[in-house]
Amino acid sequence: MLLRHTSKEVKVREGLTINPAKTCQPIGAMYAALGIHGCLPHSHGSQGCCSYHRSTLTRHYKEPVMAATSSFTEGASVFGGQANLLAAIDTIFAVYEPDIIAVHSTCLSETIGDDLQQMTKKAKDDGKIPEGKYVIYASTPSFIGSHVTGYANMVTGMATQFAESTGVKKSQFNIIAGWMEPSDMREIKRLAKVMGINIVLFPDTSDVLDAPQTGKHVFYPKGGTTVDELKSSGDSIASLALGSVSAEPAAIALEKKCKVPFETLDIPIGLSATDRFIMAISKVAGVTVPEEVTADRGRLVDIMCDMEQYLHGKKVALFGDPDQLLPLTEFLLDLSMKPVHIVSGTPGQRFEKQMRQLLDERSPETNFKSGLQADMFLLHQWMKNEPVDLLIGNTYGKYMARDEDIPFIRFGFPILDRIGHSYFPNIGYGGSLRLLEKILNAIMDRQDRDALEEKFELVM
Amino acid sequence: MEQIGILEGRERQVLEKNSGVAQADIACDTSSLSGSVSQRACVFCGSRVVLYPVADAIHLVHGPIGCAAYTWDIRGAVSSGPELHRLSFSTDLQEMDVIYGGEKKLYKSLIELIEQYKPKAAFIYSTCIVGLIGDDIEAVCKKVARETGIPVLPVHSEGFKGTKKDGYKAACHTLMKLIGTGSTEDISKYSINILGEFNLAGEAWIIRQYYEKMGIEVVATLTGDGRIDAVRRAHGATLNVVQCSGSMTWLAKEMEEKYGIPYIRVSYFGIEDMSKSLYDVAVKFPDRPDIMEAAKQIVSEEVKTLYPSLQKFKKALTGKKAAIYVGGAFKTFSLIKALRSIGMSVVLAGSQTGNQDDYARLKEMCDEGTVIVDDSNPVELSKFILEKGADLLIGGVKERPIAFKLGIGFCDHNHERKIPLAGFIGMYNFALEVYQSVMSPVWQFAPRKGGTL
Repeated sequence: MLLRHTSKEVKVREGLTINPAKTCQPIGAMYAALGIHGCLPHSHGSQGCCSYHRSTLTRHYKEPVMAATSSFTEGASVFGGQANLLAAIDTIFAVYEPDIIAVHSTCLSETIGDDLQQMTKKAKDDGKIPEGKYVIYASTPSFIGSHVTGYANMVTGMATQFAESTGVKKSQFNIIAGWMEPSDMREIKRLAKVMGINIVLFPDTSDVLDAPQTGKHVFYPKGGTTVDELKSSGDSIASLALGSVSAEPAAIALEKKCKVPFETLDIPIGLSATDRFIMAISKVAGVTVPEEVTADRGRLVDIMCDMEQYLHGKKVALFGDPDQLLPLTEFLLDLSMKPVHIVSGTPGQRFEKQMRQLLDERSPETNFKSGLQADMFLLHQWMKNEPVDLLIGNTYGKYMARDEDIPFIRFGFPILDRIGHSYFPNIGYGGSLRLLEKILNAIMDRQDRDALEEKFELVM
Repeated sequence: MEQIGILEGRERQVLEKNSGVAQADIACDTSSLSGSVSQRACVFCGSRVVLYPVADAIHLVHGPIGCAAYTWDIRGAVSSGPELHRLSFSTDLQEMDVIYGGEKKLYKSLIELIEQYKPKAAFIYSTCIVGLIGDDIEAVCKKVARETGIPVLPVHSEGFKGTKKDGYKAACHTLMKLIGTGSTEDISKYSINILGEFNLAGEAWIIRQYYEKMGIEVVATLTGDGRIDAVRRAHGATLNVVQCSGSMTWLAKEMEEKYGIPYIRVSYFGIEDMSKSLYDVAVKFPDRPDIMEAAKQIVSEEVKTLYPSLQKFKKALTGKKAAIYVGGAFKTFSLIKALRSIGMSVVLAGSQTGNQDDYARLKEMCDEGTVIVDDSNPVELSKFILEKGADLLIGGVKERPIAFKLGIGFCDHNHERKIPLAGFIGMYNFALEVYQSVMSPVWQFAPRKGGTL
């Protein structure tokens, strides 16, 4: 077995990360930027970064992912990357004709001290940005935080560099999407419509990374938040930020710049988080919850009750990103399951505190670690010490699932070996029902597989 | 058809073969233009893919987490034993390390790693930022090697210090440090090393078997299903057989210079090139005619079963057109021949890393009107695929969804191939894969082929 080297005995490591449960900032910035309509993400660094990010996103979405690179050479690394970026801006507007270039930095350009704010200003002053076109930027050093931080930084960049306040409020609300799939973003828009409120959702990767087959390869698919929408976000009545790590920083920036008040919520994964999301909309917009939504909720609760007996006390190990892990853990607890091991490579005191609080109240014995050395090797060691019935996490979990011979549900980023995440949401009551179905299938398929012949049940 | 422009500054890297007029040589060996949506990667990527298949060594990426995360088990380089290469090790450098240096963290990581896994050797990859903060990796490696007693080898693969090809070279440079440190006792005079074969989907096993059947000892495969001990005694072989010219020719040249081992360049794709790669090795051992006899025997046996089985594919595929965009140019040559043998013509041929000679040869091989590109991008690729009416694209991960969006077949001839495409059996697999993809009924539903509501 591939992971037979994983030893049971947990030793404190000071330097080494083995099998990371995170990746670096720039890919998050690239993903977020794809959620702006007509935007070409641009990686200010070596060619490899851009290539790796595009490959990973392509594997995750099975879609072409377009992004440009400053193609740093040794010279650029000595003399600074300004010439590269200015040349890149010329090339991109001339050839690829985006409405917007969203530049993010890399560890290389950050370390040599490239200042994106100054460089984009210079591009503007030099007349390199055509009328009606934009260049925005986010600083995303790979040696701080994780891919989630990079996402948050680019989304914050959208808010600070586009939002304008005209002084006249619009009858609309901002929903700032934490890191979620195109399918989830589509579901947010559907829910808002059903609730009868106007929203500006940003970023929005639906119809970008789940684009239909048309016989053409288009650089800028029809989806994505438009510049006009982003500008108008400064006039919205309020913002709802979905996710304290990936979305809240943008909401804070927007409040600072345009005085748009905000509330931070969990990504609506599971019953309780969706309840809070629906109630927050209802409260902030003064709308009643429509029958359609109540019925969806009822169906989820119905199945939770019907199937509780199969889930009770089942032990789960999970890993992933903070804004998904929090509501997911809560959902598992609501289902009477036991999340026994939780790992996230993404550091952050806020998340640490929130998760500890949830666990202290409802599952104090859970192993939980985030940040440095909170990797899949540690999770695997924990699983060897206290075995689980189910593993939930991104594709890399398949090694541990195979090694320990336990059911596995793919959830999070990246998913390199299955489809579905782009098309079927995991959020809202409907999405939570789908997640619940997956959990049940995984556990009950396993029960069927392991059942002795006389115990092999037809009706479950 | 709407004319899509070629990127300004890229005119010299694109060529349409036209024998009627004098044509300038294609420009290559250049870095990509800033701002292009290039399909290329970096120096680190080049080193990482070359050394990756060495399965009983640990591969520690010294840098921020991304470089390790994106190269975690991305290449289907199969091992028959240990699988240390499939794990992901990183020093996960943080802001403080960038400011104060990462040497201590590197040292600790190495000690922890070697204690945990007891590997035969360790490769330490430098990433962009390590090149900037000035960590003395050599010193740390020497210290750890002394303390642990295993070879601890730095790979100078800072991403910005050139192209992917420079990464290949850095990897070869590291391998040279290992080669020559093992015993060459008992190595037969009739022996080779297989260079530039990475055992994707088990291809090295197929090739090795052919040579062993001919009575030749294979000392080391570099680096497919690689083992440190085998690498250490590679200098005991009589001949180096180099595939994937881009990555390993440098190593072959170094070994020729240092150990006097001659080398030949081969390709294992397609009947013609596969057969030639056996004969070319056999002629190097003229005092053993039985080796050539065995080669002939293998070819004749293999072709006897393979040839008829290809005819049904050829019948269906005759007249279909292919576009090729792969990493190395040498592979393009083989693919053109292999495609011809199943009735297909090539309307676009290109590579990420070909050199001047490669492109000259490519031009010679191609039909009139074939478009030849160096370091291409999605705009160009889709433009030419549509203009030339290709039915198939052969490429890698970033090219796959472009083909599918356009509604044409695709064959992965890169890291993500799932079945062996090398050897005689590989030719059958290749033809089958091409046939299944090009002839699939799904394309008829694509709007471009008239599949509308």
